[in-house]
Amino acid sequence: MNERVAMLRGDAVYRVHWKLGTDLLVGVCHCGAEHDSEDPVELWDWLLAHPEGHRPPVAAPPPPDRRPAGALV
Amino acid sequence: MTFARNQWYVAAYGREIGRELFARTILGEPLVFYRSEAGEVVALADRCVHRRYPLSESRLEGDTIVCGYHGFTYDKAGSCVFVPGQALIPRTARVPSYPVVEQDSFVWVWIGDRDRADRALIPRAPWLADPAYTTVSGMEPLAARYELLVDNLMDLSHETYLHGGYIGTPEVANTPITTEVDEDNRVIYVSRHMADAACPPFYAKSTGIDGRITRWQDIEYHPPCLYLLHSRVAPVGVLPEADGSDPHGFHVEVVYAITPETEHSTHDFWAVARDFALDDQEVSDFLRESNRTVVLQDVTALDILERVIQAEPPDYQELSINIDTGGLAARRILKRMAAEADDPAKGVAV
Repeated sequence: MNERVAMLRGDAVYRVHWKLGTDLLVGVCHCGAEHDSEDPVELWDWLLAHPEGHRPPVAAPPPPDRRPAGALV
Repeated sequence: MTFARNQWYVAAYGREIGRELFARTILGEPLVFYRSEAGEVVALADRCVHRRYPLSESRLEGDTIVCGYHGFTYDKAGSCVFVPGQALIPRTARVPSYPVVEQDSFVWVWIGDRDRADRALIPRAPWLADPAYTTVSGMEPLAARYELLVDNLMDLSHETYLHGGYIGTPEVANTPITTEVDEDNRVIYVSRHMADAACPPFYAKSTGIDGRITRWQDIEYHPPCLYLLHSRVAPVGVLPEADGSDPHGFHVEVVYAITPETEHSTHDFWAVARDFALDDQEVSDFLRESNRTVVLQDVTALDILERVIQAEPPDYQELSINIDTGGLAARRILKRMAAEADDPAKGVAV
């Protein structure tokens, strides 16, 4: 199964994926930039500093995989 | 931390409000509720303007409250329509009234500036009033600040320790967790998608699923008040349709409304709605008892924690680890909402 779950569809969604089998968190900004950390406090600080220190990857991030369950009903 | 004012909060279940006066304190404000003869819910400040007597200890006469001390009488809008022994009603004789919306079985009340109350901002929990679902629900008083309940609900990994034997399965520990924050819409979403898990006996019996399951547990928190836990089970590999419908999944929607009563106490509303075994009383009883047990275990632990926090000096340095990723996001948004409430120039939450 794709570890990169994405349920929210807004334009300004920050994501943190907990890498299975490790203590590593992967932060993914809505601009596409990524950052690894073992400290969620440090990782949120990095994410929310956008655009400071964010360099989007050349390739587009993987597409969301499921329905937008987080949308307001 | 101060409260996030200028927000909607769940004040009660609709069934709690009738033709009896009903008192409940929300964000430190004592309110009195009743249902008018036409059936609409009315919310007023629960203090007579004259000598502060609680209107909830008074008498409902038609659609007016007659103060139980000196007889000051208030209409649905909080205007005084009678004062004892004199013809002239003082211009300032009125009590504040609060915007109220009845929706999804809840009574929502707006705490803040009246002219900023927009019912479109109320987050939805449609299952609670949907005939396609069967719901059990309750409310427990919590002698702890609401932030502790938010922390508790945003991290489900505590279930192994605090709720051993009630909820949680071994696969939970081996499931990747994704935390998402939508800054514009102020939603925090924590997903745990188990692709191939054992089917707990409760689900096997009540859904008829034979074999292993795909199990999703997704938290969707709309700060400050509404917390949803979408629990979905289906035979292994069965996913929702591309259009978002999910005819082959079984759904349990766990809803919490987290409403501060005072700075150190909280109304802990909980409800569990399901779209299977709708008429099975045994299933209803099981879900009611197991969820209430879990809630009471949380209440006991958080009441202890509140006493600990009150006894220690401020600025205690906590340690946050990976399981706290969602809770940290919630804390940050709540903090911002409280700051905005203190500074109206920043506008209402979108």
